[in-house]
Amino acid sequence: MTLDELVSKAGGGEAEVEAIPFPSLDVLHKACGSIPRTRDMTAGLERLFLDVKDPIKVVLDPLTQPLSWALRNAIETMQSLPWWAAIIILVLIAQLAGRRVGVTLFVLASFLGLAFIDHFAYAMQTLAIILVCTLICVLIGVPIGIAMSRSNVLERWLTPMLDMLQTLPTFVYLIPLIFLFSVTEPKLYGIAIILYAIVPAIRLTNLGIRLVDADVLEAADAFGMTSRQKLLRVQLPLALPNIMAGINQTIMLSLSMVVIASLVSAPGLGTLVLRGINKLELGVGLVAGLGIVILAIVLDRVSRAALQRVNKMHQPGA
Amino acid sequence: MTDSFISIRNLYKIFGPNSSAMISRAKSGMHKADMLKEFGHVLGLRNINIEIKKGEITVIMGLSGSGKSTLIRHLNRLIDPTSGEVIVNGTDILKLDRLQLLQLRRTQMSMVFQKFALLPHETVLTNAGMPCSVRGDDRRVIDKSAREWLHRVGLSGAEALYPHQLSGGMQQRVGLARALTSNSELMLMDEAYSALDPLIRSSMQDLLLELQEDLQKTIVFITHDLDEALKIADHLVILKDGEIVQQGEPQHILLNPADPYIEDFVSDINRARVLRVRSVMTETISGSTDLELLDGDENLEAAILRSKGEAGKTFAVHTAGQQVGTLKMTDVLKALVPAARRSNPSNAE
Repeated sequence: MTLDELVSKAGGGEAEVEAIPFPSLDVLHKACGSIPRTRDMTAGLERLFLDVKDPIKVVLDPLTQPLSWALRNAIETMQSLPWWAAIIILVLIAQLAGRRVGVTLFVLASFLGLAFIDHFAYAMQTLAIILVCTLICVLIGVPIGIAMSRSNVLERWLTPMLDMLQTLPTFVYLIPLIFLFSVTEPKLYGIAIILYAIVPAIRLTNLGIRLVDADVLEAADAFGMTSRQKLLRVQLPLALPNIMAGINQTIMLSLSMVVIASLVSAPGLGTLVLRGINKLELGVGLVAGLGIVILAIVLDRVSRAALQRVNKMHQPGA
Repeated sequence: MTDSFISIRNLYKIFGPNSSAMISRAKSGMHKADMLKEFGHVLGLRNINIEIKKGEITVIMGLSGSGKSTLIRHLNRLIDPTSGEVIVNGTDILKLDRLQLLQLRRTQMSMVFQKFALLPHETVLTNAGMPCSVRGDDRRVIDKSAREWLHRVGLSGAEALYPHQLSGGMQQRVGLARALTSNSELMLMDEAYSALDPLIRSSMQDLLLELQEDLQKTIVFITHDLDEALKIADHLVILKDGEIVQQGEPQHILLNPADPYIEDFVSDINRARVLRVRSVMTETISGSTDLELLDGDENLEAAILRSKGEAGKTFAVHTAGQQVGTLKMTDVLKALVPAARRSNPSNAE
């Protein structure tokens, strides 16, 4: 055998190894020009979105206008309060919700600390956004959860949607919203936060109502309660511990989203973190991050103390 | 049958996706086990006919899976039958629409549950007043009658407590007070005392009998405990695999069990304590006045005590001051041995 033969043999072998390419859009386009490339597909998706954007906006704009209004007013109100009044109100709320002296003192110390390092105004903006968004999540989420607990069909349809809302990377929410609303409008980040944070409120309301003791419900039926009476007197009160746990989760998720939402002009501590990243101001970013942690602990402890108070009323022997 | 408060007629209940198609098979006598194996349907109740009299305690007894809890839920339509009729106080409740059914449940009947089923977030007082507040009665009237009934069941002073602060027996007293507050004629008690320990159960049975003496309610009581059934029943219905095996006066069932299943069932109870003198006596009225008197409602244990062990003794049996018969101690001894063992002595252990 000559060297040439060997080489040709090896070359033939290589030709065999060269795999058939996967018939992706780009590959198929090379063979036939009328097949669109992947690039064309994404461009088409964008065109489609831009085409339906205006009709969607006509419907969504007036619907979501109260959200902008509520956010703007909440932030303004929080900032117009003198520092001492704001702290007194927040401490009072903590005491009324949790009824735990330790937690209340921690809240007081946290806000005084934030004020001492001149982060109080930012913290108040963040808090205002969270409070408004949580309130809306509860107002919308709890009724959806109730409806979901009553219909297995609805539960089957909603569960994958809720899964999707929870697993979509948080930045992905922002992309279509930026197209729909102007970046100067608070409702842009308001909607992003609500979509992300509403999931546990819905889920745990549904779960809580489904877990209500069947014996107690049977008793309610046996004494002739209407379904409205059952909801108000049996299902909601017995599901309350779960609903409260859902609200606790909603608050924490709003907080995590409000930081990301600073990318689309949400005010508050998140803007400082963003500055830390953009201008490589390490100290600014870290201190603001620490402020967010403190705010998170405050919100979690207060809502958890409230939850425990509710649990105690329900649980035997607690 | 004019004094029937509830009539259950030809009632069938089959659980499964295609229950109405199974009815004809059930009617032609297909067995529960066969139906489950061949068609995957559960035959819950087969051809139930019961007349429940006003002012009586009707006890429905059976082991678990016999269909007794299913049966009681037909009386307030927590479960709808596959076929048959349920007539409560003259109305066929299967023909009622939703609102009429709510009204029936609110005004005509109340229920006591095995697991108490109280509202954990409401006080004892609010729980006891629940049937009235569901109907929308006046707050003060509700509280007043709830307090009264709580007092009657021995819970005065516990009004402001929450259910979880009470023991099981006391929680069931709340359940009983709740049923009584509704002031309805019919009380359904679904294994009401099965979750209680024996001593408390016995005192709750006494409480029920004591209340019943005053109130004369129509009570349907479900139990799996024969002693409990014999203690409180005016009319006893024994269920097995969704069918009635025997029904009648408890003393009668005890003395004349219809089939081996019931014989087996009644063989372990203390007959001397359950059987009454009037069920064993002979109805001959002897003229002689030198016989000792004995009340017809006494049990045989009392008669044995009174005889001081003399097997030849005879008593004159009186009820309400009238002599109604005579009781020979030899009859007492015979009655103490279950019929099955009497006819076949080799079976005796």
